[in-house]
Amino acid sequence: MSWGAGTASRFKPGDKVHVAARFPEKGHIRTPFYIRGKTGIVERICGQYRNPEELAFGQYGGAAKVLYRVRFDQQHVWPDYRGNPGDTVEIEIFEHWLEPAK
Amino acid sequence: MTHDPHDHDHEGHDHDHEHAHGHDPHGPIQAKEPQGYYPMLADAVRELLIEKGFFTADQHRAFIEKIDARGPALGAGVVARAWTDEKFKQRLLDDGKKACAEIGIDVVVANLVVVENTPAIHNVIVCTLCSCYPVFVLGRPPDWYKSAAYRARVVRDPRAVLEEFGTEIAPRREVRVHDSTADMRYLVLPMRPPGTEGWSAEQLAKIVTRDTMVGVAECRVAQ
Repeated sequence: MSWGAGTASRFKPGDKVHVAARFPEKGHIRTPFYIRGKTGIVERICGQYRNPEELAFGQYGGAAKVLYRVRFDQQHVWPDYRGNPGDTVEIEIFEHWLEPAK
Repeated sequence: MTHDPHDHDHEGHDHDHEHAHGHDPHGPIQAKEPQGYYPMLADAVRELLIEKGFFTADQHRAFIEKIDARGPALGAGVVARAWTDEKFKQRLLDDGKKACAEIGIDVVVANLVVVENTPAIHNVIVCTLCSCYPVFVLGRPPDWYKSAAYRARVVRDPRAVLEEFGTEIAPRREVRVHDSTADMRYLVLPMRPPGTEGWSAEQLAKIVTRDTMVGVAECRVAQ
């Protein structure tokens, strides 16, 4: 997989990551509420993109952020999940929302 | 005093197609209902952007025309090619945007991630935050894709939502939901159904529908 080749990233595919449980009152945030505070596995590095949290407010000069696809077990995300134990959800998450998970 | 048909007030008139009682077919067109808040906001923003020189009205028109020229047939062609050309399929899974460019499809914005359905995995696409969709390979999204109900439910109860679409995924298969939250767009590469052995790419493309490429349906051969 050639995705994100050459991107200097904090995490690599296969790493276990924790999504920050931050709930700012304002801002244009692309980390959905339902995934904050959850733990998943980096599936791929998508490359570097400008931060929508800045772009939405007309700030175009900020540094690009590394974007990841992270895979989560549905039963972990939704405690009352009705599907199968193997079902998953994948989400694009920017690096500054991720922390290493034990 | 001469009656000016263009000054005719249509209010209170019955808007049937009887022209016998002086109803002028060339009279002014009047909207029956006021425009909604968001369409009005969109119009205002577009006009401001044109006024401030971000783009011209003609560039805006041309872009809309470009979007409207796209439709599911493009995506179906990509899938049929992948089904009949293993090397193309590998390039498509590796970099969807680049592989589409090879066959003359400009994905335009973002990147295209192609996710392959297999006997072990069924993929389905959603954008829970708004309604991101691979417009340049599938055309404009259907209304249900943009509905709050689909966006909220498919991510937390995908099998139930798929069943409502008439799609039952065997329990042994993993259902993988892809939430399109940032700069990627997604396209499902459906499984080629049995009974299509020896078919040409053109024949195959006909059974690849929009819904199979969003992942709410599977490709079938008509009975």
